[in-house]
Amino acid sequence: MLDDTDRRILRHYQHDPALGLSDLADLAGVTANTCTRRLERMQAGGVILGNRAVIDWRALGYEVEVSLRAQLDKTQPRAFDEFTAAAREVPEVIEIQTFLGRVDLRLYVIARDMAHYQHIYRTAILPLPHITDIEALMHMARIKADEGLPI
Amino acid sequence: MIELDETDRRILRELVQDATQSASALGRKLGLSQPATWRRVRRLHDTGVIKGQRLDLDRELLGFGVSVFLGVKLATKGRVSLDDFERAVSAIPEVQSVEHILGVYDYRLRVVARDISDFERVLRRRIMTLPGVGDVEANVVLSEERRPGPI
Repeated sequence: MLDDTDRRILRHYQHDPALGLSDLADLAGVTANTCTRRLERMQAGGVILGNRAVIDWRALGYEVEVSLRAQLDKTQPRAFDEFTAAAREVPEVIEIQTFLGRVDLRLYVIARDMAHYQHIYRTAILPLPHITDIEALMHMARIKADEGLPI
Repeated sequence: MIELDETDRRILRELVQDATQSASALGRKLGLSQPATWRRVRRLHDTGVIKGQRLDLDRELLGFGVSVFLGVKLATKGRVSLDDFERAVSAIPEVQSVEHILGVYDYRLRVVARDISDFERVLRRRIMTLPGVGDVEANVVLSEERRPGPI
């Protein structure tokens, strides 16, 4: 479905999503017209889902980042759906993943400080339905975060 | 820490959806003039609230059918082995992100692979051979969503 030209455009675009069209076309070695056409096709085909601003939560005063790994009561057939629906209502939850493995689910939670985190944990996280076990991993540093794909 | 008003928050929410919108298009949506919108967007960048852009790609359409979160414990601790480990792990193309964490594991890695057998190859040849690597726990991502966060 994608040819080498598409992949070359994507590699450069992924590396620097703020690039303007003509710079991107230059780097990928194609004309601006080709670049536009290819990007439009990849957007229409759903390969490119979006180009999104990334928020630095620390700049907004959120100093604490915690990964909460939860196990759910699997005897409840609707445990995943109900847990996820309730977790979506917590504004400080910024990512939700479900897994196949020892951990069922992960919530990525941000908080202003430890006191704020304690508050969120007690009032919003622990009341979430169907939790059988939960453990917290405190985020210390991000070593690599480009999330680039080896296209 | 930067204080945002309701207009800033709306702009931020818009740019998280689509960072390529022009100031005039964005202003029209929010009922603001182009220069006023531009100034606010500029401020979000200058103050570091927006730290960059991320191209959101469909992993499966690009042939990466498997995403795995790996919890890695180091067998030998000490400043030197941390640096060695971080450098080596960040250089692996299939490793999308590396986070230093505090908890049952020392690092959390996010790894993409074409399929499970490709993941096994990355795990055995690349991850398990890293300097100082100890226990590894793998959780295969079944679903994932990013939430807008407290803005």
